[in-house]
Amino acid sequence: MISLNGQRSDLRPGETVAGALARLGLDGGARGVAVAVDGEVVPRAQWESFALSPDARVEVLTAMQGG
Amino acid sequence: MADAPTVSETPPHPGSEPAPDPLTIAGRALGSRLLLGTGGFPSLEVMAQAISASATELVTVALRRVGVEASGPGRGPAGATPKGRSLLDALAATGVQLLPNTAGCHTARDAVLTAKLAREAFATDWIKLEVVGDEDTLLPDATELLRAAEQLVDEGFVVLPYTSDDPVLARRLVDVGCAAVMPLGSPIGSGMGIRNPYNIALVREAVAVPVVLDAGIGTASDAAIAMELGCDAVMAASAIARAQDPVMMARAMRAAVEGGRRARLAGRIPRRLYATASSTDEGLAEFT
Repeated sequence: MISLNGQRSDLRPGETVAGALARLGLDGGARGVAVAVDGEVVPRAQWESFALSPDARVEVLTAMQGG
Repeated sequence: MADAPTVSETPPHPGSEPAPDPLTIAGRALGSRLLLGTGGFPSLEVMAQAISASATELVTVALRRVGVEASGPGRGPAGATPKGRSLLDALAATGVQLLPNTAGCHTARDAVLTAKLAREAFATDWIKLEVVGDEDTLLPDATELLRAAEQLVDEGFVVLPYTSDDPVLARRLVDVGCAAVMPLGSPIGSGMGIRNPYNIALVREAVAVPVVLDAGIGTASDAAIAMELGCDAVMAASAIARAQDPVMMARAMRAAVEGGRRARLAGRIPRRLYATASSTDEGLAEFT
């Protein structure tokens, strides 16, 4: 099971980070967004090519108001 | 005979027009010595107005999951946006620079990863490093903080650590390459002001990088005291965002920081136990 921001997702192994972003309504050029898979940063340039493993944990983060 | 000076050549009264006094961190000059947090404002509109009123040039933002709404005490319904876009748009419109933070991290590992994600998201090497060791006080975890700072400096970050009011830890943080130190006055959001002014003064003496008083500011006088103690800047978040009138408080903080800075540069009089007359006794009348 691939998790997306802590929740079960319907992402399938082999889908890319770009696919995960699409599930969240973000296009590939999403500004102000960063992605980690299994605790490692996936640079923007790899979003289209980075394939997710069967138990990948995907975190998609963005700006929020904070001190 | 020399030409009479024209009005435009008349020098201003000393001190009437203050010279530019930028805050320089890692080679970047900032026109304001007030840093703002963006959390806790009732709306993005009020946040933008407060930023403008404060004249700050550097504001902090947090990094959170896309699709998560901000919640918690004092946060209004407009506190978060699913994609962070309207927040970034609102901040871009004010012209400020972003200082992402690692708020919420409890380990060096998480803080380092968060900093790397912030760099990816916001295209800045600057990071306000927060590694807390306790949920009730949100006090820094000194060992994890130092470990994270060292790693991030090695990775090329400009690291501004939120730290205890401990001059020894401040020195250690600078030793590993931090560009500034941000000692707390009192716990985050407590509004308790500067609980140990002597330690803040010692931190100022201990390091050669900018000292930014962070956390604990409750009202304008706290910010002025920080500057009078020798801090190079003040960071205010809750004190402005959760004030009854955030925009007016932003204006007040700006004035307090500028006033405290000038007072520091001007040099205060020493404290004395007994009075010192400010009118001379010479020429004093004798009535009886």
